[in-house]
Amino acid sequence: MDTLILKAATRLLVALLLIVSVYLLLRGHNLPGGGFIGGLAAAVAMILYALAHGWRETKQVVRFDPRAIAMTGVAVAVFAGLLAALAGLPFLTGLWAFPGGVPLGTPLLFDIGVYLAVFGGVITLVFAIERET
Amino acid sequence: MGVTGTETKHDSALLTRFADPLIACCVLVAVALTGWLASFAGPVAAGGAPEFVWDWVPNLGIAFAVRLDGLSFLFSLLICGIGVLVLAYAAAYAATMDKARRLVGLLAAFMLAMLGLVVADDLILLFIFWELTTIISYLLIGFDHESAKARKAALQGLLVTAAGGLILLAGLVVLGQAAGTYRLSGVIEAIPTLPDGTATTALVLLLFGAFTKSAQVPFHFWLPNAMAAPTPASAYLHSATMVKAGVFLLMRFHPAYSDHELWFPVLTIVGAITAVWASIAALRQDDLKQMLAHTTVMGLGSLTMFLGGSAPEAVAAAVTFLLVHALYKCALFLVIGVIDHGTGTRQWQVLGGLRTALPITTVAAATAALSMAGFPPFLGFIGKELKYEGALAIAGEPYLIVVAAVAANAMMVAVAAVIALKPFYGARTPATIDAHGSTWPMWSAPLVLGVLGLLFGLAPDHLGDWLVVPAIESTLGGQTDMYLALWHGVNVPLMLSIVTAGLGIAIFWQFTAVRAGLARVFARLPRTASDVYDAIVDATLALGVWQTRRLQTGRLVNYTLATGFVLVLVLGWALVRHGWPGIPNGWSGVRPWELVAVGLIVAGAATALTGRSRLPALVGLGAVGLGIALVFLQFGAVDVAITQFMVETLIVLLVAAVVPRLPRLNAVPAQSRLRQWSRTAVSAGVGLGAFAVLLALVAIPVDRSLTAYFEAESVPTGHGRNIVNVILVDFRALDTLGEIVVVVLAAVGAWAVLRWPGRRRRRAEATQEG
Repeated sequence: MDTLILKAATRLLVALLLIVSVYLLLRGHNLPGGGFIGGLAAAVAMILYALAHGWRETKQVVRFDPRAIAMTGVAVAVFAGLLAALAGLPFLTGLWAFPGGVPLGTPLLFDIGVYLAVFGGVITLVFAIERET
Repeated sequence: MGVTGTETKHDSALLTRFADPLIACCVLVAVALTGWLASFAGPVAAGGAPEFVWDWVPNLGIAFAVRLDGLSFLFSLLICGIGVLVLAYAAAYAATMDKARRLVGLLAAFMLAMLGLVVADDLILLFIFWELTTIISYLLIGFDHESAKARKAALQGLLVTAAGGLILLAGLVVLGQAAGTYRLSGVIEAIPTLPDGTATTALVLLLFGAFTKSAQVPFHFWLPNAMAAPTPASAYLHSATMVKAGVFLLMRFHPAYSDHELWFPVLTIVGAITAVWASIAALRQDDLKQMLAHTTVMGLGSLTMFLGGSAPEAVAAAVTFLLVHALYKCALFLVIGVIDHGTGTRQWQVLGGLRTALPITTVAAATAALSMAGFPPFLGFIGKELKYEGALAIAGEPYLIVVAAVAANAMMVAVAAVIALKPFYGARTPATIDAHGSTWPMWSAPLVLGVLGLLFGLAPDHLGDWLVVPAIESTLGGQTDMYLALWHGVNVPLMLSIVTAGLGIAIFWQFTAVRAGLARVFARLPRTASDVYDAIVDATLALGVWQTRRLQTGRLVNYTLATGFVLVLVLGWALVRHGWPGIPNGWSGVRPWELVAVGLIVAGAATALTGRSRLPALVGLGAVGLGIALVFLQFGAVDVAITQFMVETLIVLLVAAVVPRLPRLNAVPAQSRLRQWSRTAVSAGVGLGAFAVLLALVAIPVDRSLTAYFEAESVPTGHGRNIVNVILVDFRALDTLGEIVVVVLAAVGAWAVLRWPGRRRRRAEATQEG
């Protein structure tokens, strides 16, 4: 699908999708969204990019080994849970701080881990299938 | 240099062997243990039983309890004493330093396991050591792991003895539960008070364990095959120690069970058959080690046979013969190791004239063989006299046992003569012309054992008082006035001994003729026990291959079909039991929006089913997903709906990427009618079942207490208004963590399957060829 229109449109669409995916992640605690959906949206963005620009270029754009991204996500989620353990609370208990009235807590960190794990996992799968075909 | 100079081979490597930390440590442990155990001789001979108890798993009543009574003392001294000789021998025997370390290490581990087995005073502890000996013996039989034959023999030994071990465990648990204690000494006292059925069940299970371990017919076949082990291991495990574990078990439970109605007939008959059968088989062997292995089975059979009796004479015969057998059998195995080491062969027919090259080994072989044949003044003579005395004392079937004992012993005389004479006397043969001697640990070990057999025979009273009689009393469970003596006067046993010796010498004289006769008889025999074992193993493997082929076809459609079929069966059964669920509110509550979603789903499904090519089918499936997302949206599950949209988009994109590479739909060969209909039926069944389940679910009033809790707690404790997400990342974060781990693992697994290097290479080759 080597068309100019698609290529031009994807530049915009991918950027938009990535921003939306992060937006979904961040707003997830109060409105529909969250790490899982955000990760999926980011993965869709990458596939769209690949359809327009090819797999090789997409891999360069992703830069990191998608398996490493996925593993990092799991590690981040575990780390978020361990923070509570360091505070002497049960594993994965939410810890909160309110700098300037904005609620920030370990659940957000955990959700970032979910985002990375889902994004990395789906991209791993997609790249593997691509290689196979 | 004297006598030793002619046999000793000086080897500078020998010193480095014993300087190795592992080997030195193993040998020193064996020496220290022997000395330490010997220090208990006084208290044990006085009838005491030192014990040590450490609560291991108190909740389950399992203790690390050890106890050293007369029987344990005899066994443990044999294990450690012979262990010292065998470890030193093995260090010199192994071809390379690496192998020496492995062999000595394994043998030392085995020694400790076996020691634990004989001193354990806890049923579970006994079983653990029992299985440890099985596992270590597997490693030792398969020591030469590059040989397929050794691996097969190791597996055979493992399967037979481990199966017996599991049955034994069942028996031990039955006993422990019924007796209310797992302490062995307590259980043995409690057995006579147990209900008949329980005691009999446990006995049968114990006998399976003992008979497999001690290679009784029909489980005898693994032991001769186990000769694939290095000779020091065979000498230690398959003559002196491990195979005696079954006999030890019989001795241990003798006080509790010897009056049981099954005990006498089962033990005497199985033992007699094993003894006679094995000694006949021993005559047929060409390999000296095989010959000895069969005589070991014969020895184990006689031990079992005599333990069947409850008379003190029978037990005394068993205990004494146990000691006799351990000494001479180990010595002869080690002698064969020296011969094998020096000439490279164990075939007695090609050996001869070794007495000039191996003078010390000739002496060692002669002393051990004379003990084996039961000639005075060796310990073997005392053992044999006691056997005949014991046979005559057994009430019920003394004649059967006397005949079996005489026949087996006569054949032992012949085998002993073959082993002690054929390799060493006569003219030198091509195989022995370049024979070389061995280092001192190798020639001295069998000599020490052989000479011990002579010394004990000359001074039996002392040996009897502190080693044999306490063991007899433990086995009997009471006092006895038995004593060991070389000369019992002119009596029936002496007459039987003379008959035995005469018969044995006659067989040796006519050895070729006897073997030819046996060969004719054996040629007509149907399957042997080993064939049956092979058939069972082959059938098990064939079953595995067959069911794997049937179930694991590697075709996705088959897996889906099987899963769907099971689902239909389960749901169908539920529907038959509970009836078809009704529609809760009739059709009145249906809203127009819902009809749109349903219409989309139905249209999509119809497109997917009837599509002539893949792309429309794919779009149809996408529409189904979209319709489902709409349903979620209508019921307020926005997050779920978005996820559904995303997943549908991903799937369509992914499959679209793959579609061009797939064969065209009309290029796929048409399925048979039957297949089409069966698959349609399963699909329709799954659909209907899911529909029924949903209907039934709707009819159940929803418990909203959890929802209410989350609604109330979401903002105060979770600091978020999106309950779904608060649950995902806070309240039930552990579940989510599990899910993302699954996602990542699934992706990495798929990556591994799809991009495996071998697969890629094969594809590349296929492309090149194409």
